[in-house]
Amino acid sequence: MHELSIALNLLDVAAEEAQRRNIRSVEAIHIKLGPLSGVVKSALISAYDLAREHSPFPESRLVVEDVPIVIYCEPCSAEQPAPSIQELVCPVCHTPSGNVVTGRELELTALEIADSETEP
Amino acid sequence: MNTQTRLVQVRTKILKQNDVLAREMRQRFARDGVTVVSLVSSPGAGKTALLEVLLGRMREEFRVAALVGDLATDNDAVRLARAEVPTKQITTGTVCHLEADMVAEALEDWNTNELDFLFIENVGNLVCPATWDLGEQLRLVLFSVTEGEDKPLKYPTIFNTADVAVITKSDLADAVEFDADAANRSLQSVRPGIETLQVSAKTGEGIEALLQRLRGLRDGGEVLAKRWGQNDGAE
Repeated sequence: MHELSIALNLLDVAAEEAQRRNIRSVEAIHIKLGPLSGVVKSALISAYDLAREHSPFPESRLVVEDVPIVIYCEPCSAEQPAPSIQELVCPVCHTPSGNVVTGRELELTALEIADSETEP
Repeated sequence: MNTQTRLVQVRTKILKQNDVLAREMRQRFARDGVTVVSLVSSPGAGKTALLEVLLGRMREEFRVAALVGDLATDNDAVRLARAEVPTKQITTGTVCHLEADMVAEALEDWNTNELDFLFIENVGNLVCPATWDLGEQLRLVLFSVTEGEDKPLKYPTIFNTADVAVITKSDLADAVEFDADAANRSLQSVRPGIETLQVSAKTGEGIEALLQRLRGLRDGGEVLAKRWGQNDGAE
């Protein structure tokens, strides 16, 4: 259960980014999450609900964008979606590929703020 | 009251702090000429037994040392100390994995430039360690023949972060009717191209091949930077 540690890191990073932009209040924190990050979405959302209470943004929501696993297929010279996390293989020509293009994301992407908040 | 909101774009890695520190350590290790290899596995797969053998063999050729992560005890460090090389326990308390700052702290009073190889044994866990870069050059994932051929399919993420899969306790393979082909298919499905070695710490089978692979790192200079996305612009 490492999602609490991730949630705490997330709130720290969000607070740092908000401070840098003179943002005092945040409605929601938007993140991108890939399955290969090793973080479970539902566990992270639960952990976030615990962690936010003692953060600068106790009322904030967590909005998760799931990123699919996409691999680069050499024979097809194209990016292809992997059929599953257990099967990193091109769905067209069936060649395995360890070249992961997306799917490892664990990134803060945006802070959602009220229009009344000023941003210099 | 429904307020209008807008999005302020930010692109930052959530584990930025860990990743920055891991990158600094990787650079430091390269400068110091020390090759850092980490081991991950489920509890009881034989990390410590394999390390005991490796350290015992390698100390004749190299200056080796080991860090051992564990939740509560220092039993593993005590075992490894029998190989008469420097070892240090990192007791993580309730934390289920090692993070870069724990490694950095453990190394504070060690001169890594006086080492050729440093091994980092992670906490026995096939889930949590996947998310943290420790600054290592090579990550070995271990699973024993007694755990089942489909272990990689059950824990695809950690296998995906590893460079070499080491199948341990091969002396028990026949007794448990271990199907090496099935294991290899599982491995190649979750991590296409991963190298696989089969070893027995007990009989010594496969140990020389693993040593050869580790020796090769001294001139190979492989770095995991790409895996941890250190070139993709997100900081």
